[in-house]
Amino acid sequence: MNDEKTLRRSPLSLQVDLSKFSSADFEPASEEEKSQQEVMSESVTFFRDGMRRLRKNPLAMASVVVLVLILLTIIIAPMIVPYGYDEIITVNGRRDKTAANMAPFTWSQMEQQYIDDGGSLFPHIFGTDSTGRDYFIRVIYGARVSLSVGLFASILVLIIGMLYGSIAGYFGGKVDLVMMRIVDIIYSLPDMLMVILLSVVLKEVLGTALQGTVLDKLGSNMVAMFVVFGLLYWVGMARLIRGQILTIKENEYVLAAKCLGAPSSRIIRQHVLPNCLSVIIITTALQIPSAIFTESYLSFLGLGVSAPMPSLGSLANEARQGLQSYPYKLMFPALAICLIVLALNLLGDGLRDAFDPKLKR
Amino acid sequence: MLKYFVKRVLLAVLTIVIISAITFFAMYAIPGGPFNSEKALSEVTKAALEERYGLNNPVPVQYVNYMKNLLQGDLGVSLKTQREVSTIIADGFPVSAKLGGMAALVAVVLGIVLGSTAALMRNKWPDRLIVFLTTLFTAMPSFVLATLLLYFFSLKLQLVPVWSPGSPNYLLPVISLAAYPTAYITRLTKTSMLDALGQDYVRTARAKGVSGVKVIFKHALRNALIPVITYVGPMVAYILVGSMVVESIFTIGGLGSQFVTSITNRDYTVIMGTTIFLASLMVTANLITDLVYKLVDPRIKLD
Amino acid sequence: MSEEKKYVLQVKDLHTTFVTDSGEVQAVNGVSFNLEPGKILGIVGESGSGKSVTAYSIMQILAENGRVTSGEVLYNGEDITKWSKKQMTGFRGKCCSIIFQDPMTSLNPVFTIGNQLEEAIRLHTGKSKKEAKERAVEMLKLVGVNEPAKRVKQYPFELSGGMRQRVMIAMALACEPDILIADEPTTALDVTIQAQILELMQELQHKLGMAIIIVTHDLGVIADMCDEIIVMYGGRVCERGTADDIFYEPAHEYTKGLLRSIPTAGNTHERLQPIGGTPINLLNMPEGCAFCTRCDNAMKICLTQVPEELQVGEHHRASCWMNVKQAMEEAAK
Repeated sequence: MNDEKTLRRSPLSLQVDLSKFSSADFEPASEEEKSQQEVMSESVTFFRDGMRRLRKNPLAMASVVVLVLILLTIIIAPMIVPYGYDEIITVNGRRDKTAANMAPFTWSQMEQQYIDDGGSLFPHIFGTDSTGRDYFIRVIYGARVSLSVGLFASILVLIIGMLYGSIAGYFGGKVDLVMMRIVDIIYSLPDMLMVILLSVVLKEVLGTALQGTVLDKLGSNMVAMFVVFGLLYWVGMARLIRGQILTIKENEYVLAAKCLGAPSSRIIRQHVLPNCLSVIIITTALQIPSAIFTESYLSFLGLGVSAPMPSLGSLANEARQGLQSYPYKLMFPALAICLIVLALNLLGDGLRDAFDPKLKR
Repeated sequence: MLKYFVKRVLLAVLTIVIISAITFFAMYAIPGGPFNSEKALSEVTKAALEERYGLNNPVPVQYVNYMKNLLQGDLGVSLKTQREVSTIIADGFPVSAKLGGMAALVAVVLGIVLGSTAALMRNKWPDRLIVFLTTLFTAMPSFVLATLLLYFFSLKLQLVPVWSPGSPNYLLPVISLAAYPTAYITRLTKTSMLDALGQDYVRTARAKGVSGVKVIFKHALRNALIPVITYVGPMVAYILVGSMVVESIFTIGGLGSQFVTSITNRDYTVIMGTTIFLASLMVTANLITDLVYKLVDPRIKLD
Repeated sequence: MSEEKKYVLQVKDLHTTFVTDSGEVQAVNGVSFNLEPGKILGIVGESGSGKSVTAYSIMQILAENGRVTSGEVLYNGEDITKWSKKQMTGFRGKCCSIIFQDPMTSLNPVFTIGNQLEEAIRLHTGKSKKEAKERAVEMLKLVGVNEPAKRVKQYPFELSGGMRQRVMIAMALACEPDILIADEPTTALDVTIQAQILELMQELQHKLGMAIIIVTHDLGVIADMCDEIIVMYGGRVCERGTADDIFYEPAHEYTKGLLRSIPTAGNTHERLQPIGGTPINLLNMPEGCAFCTRCDNAMKICLTQVPEELQVGEHHRASCWMNVKQAMEEAAK
């Protein structure tokens, strides 16, 4: 091959050993044979592709398992455990004054007496609190309260934010300008501080206003908390959804759909919603743990749900009193908060990695 | 630039006005008015207070008067201790500021270092360890961490002395307060660092013969820090709010624990005054963050 | 040895792979070529043909998951794939520079133009800050940036795309490298600016005498400026030769297809014929010729065996079984 300089054009037959080949090799290949070579990567929908990635994420899957276990526990446990969250332990209908501050899986004198007499009692899995209430069931109810506050607050935020954001994004122009200025102002308020302030106030105001209504059962604090969340945290969601709608509205495929004469209802259903759905789901999923965080914080300050209803934050706060003697009383609610928030965070991260195409590698 | 600056400052002022209005009307909405506490005040005090605040005036007049006093730094007196609210704030703030300042410093420095390390050693053990720790600390409320630290290191192992005003030991409170923002900044830095390292301009820098270390610390980090700056405002807010529980747990007599006490005592004037003070701090922090952000990133158009 | 000295750059049987979630991708699969000093080489191919990866492999600026697995890259006869990181730092920018496709993102947004130019200058020359600044202005003037003294103080976002690409060229040539690699230098620019940039590159080549490798997907754009053109497909070289060889006597089915899909002036009757099928999926390469699945004249052998490179003209070589078939026919005669 070094003699290329001297050759103008060497006959092709001199360059290859033609005996290697048979004429059959040079018959045209059929389309079928060609397509066999072309292994197409299977086409998957966006949703299935995301689910596949989510399933491959061990942390997210572990979080799902943990969350399901926690949910099952807090649903089933109150059916099995014969104690109430606000019920001071009674033995044979008599209040058991010795049952306060018991360690896990121990009995009070009266209970021991009762068992010795042949009775059977359900064990105090986490012991009892300082007023003699079963601590396990209180932690279970605390987790119930925390999770439901987190969930409902996030749904509330989602609904308000989605309505406001889509109206602003859809109409655009002056409406959008005014609506977004309002959002800007609310956004610039220090949220936690306003939450604390409003919780203080609403607790007082709602306490009298709600008396005798259905909401009274929930407790003025709980309602106050929803109101506060609804009032302050929707702005982030509204901004996000407006931004999404504005971006999607500009896309060529929406223009293409418009040119084909698709009605706006179809455009919203077919093009706008599916495209911002993943962002909405991911943000909501990550909103839940942050709402739980805020709730536990408020409860810790004594602004959360009203006693005797427990929440994980208020349980942790109560546990501080006897920290030296009964440290486990802090551990149970603290572990519960951490586990719930951790699992929700990891699941949210997993969802984001799996469904946000912008992060796709 | 000047136009933007003025606009941004005006927005900040407006925000503070709105906050004070919300605070005022929130307190006004409480049944019985702000001076009707469970512990009955003596008729004389009550009369004096009502006289002073003109509680018999119509609401708008009350609000104007209240704003006038506010501008003069007069936040009223505590309902429980009869001390001037402004004095209470002035007493409590230095300790809180020191605590918060240290926490902020730790969070920013440690967060950037850990975040860059994680990004550069992606999928190796230091990265995995950092990811594990940050995930853990972002799931742990500050009050849980503070109580756990207090229990193990001060009470159980007695390694760190319990806080006392005479010999303040900031170690545990600072850790409790800084843990979350540190974890957050670490994650933020890692993400934006990885993003920056994948950018075309980093490839350009490598292509013109810039050494590996310099590519990272000059070209990538500078860009990666821009998102981190935006977190400084929210971080100040987090630390101020977080210091309330942390100070209460460690019994530090700062502004935060005083605020918590005033909530428990329903000491409305103190709640009001402290809210406005803290809110102004947060708004100022946000303002500064925004301005610095515009200065650091030349791409942002100043309008 | 004299053979090797003749070339400023020789690439021999280069293989580059990327490790991805879906498996290992063979992006460059045995590419070889020689570059003489002061000549212009064009590498043409569609997306995924491995042309840019070849360029990055030479510079050793592959992404983290990419690696040169075998082959040699000889710079003045020395194999730079064996060089240390530090040696490579000295190589990049000084011996060989590269400009990228997208001037909008290739300059660091937070530093001024001057700052980035000076950095390149000071890295490879002992110049002081002041000298570097002068040199930066001089370079900007050379690449036709108006008001260079003002531009050095500006940030990339304040410049248009064409201006930024000129800045990139100035930065690449600031230390007078022997080789300039231009990776799709005009793809992201307007057509009128494209011509200006290409003219500028030719003009600078005359002035400074460096060798140029132009990587592009657009055969037409570079046809009249290249001394040699390499056509790549699926990580392999299909055909190489002068522009005349490639245009008038294409000897590979892919090249032929490519030429049929280019509109030409004066041709008003024939319809353009796009190449059918979908671009190659590097994760699922056919056993034989990479192009066989899209080739109209594919034969049985094309599906199973990789064709050898044969000489079809003085400087013209191609790897297509059609040529062997032709040889068989010749021999039969």
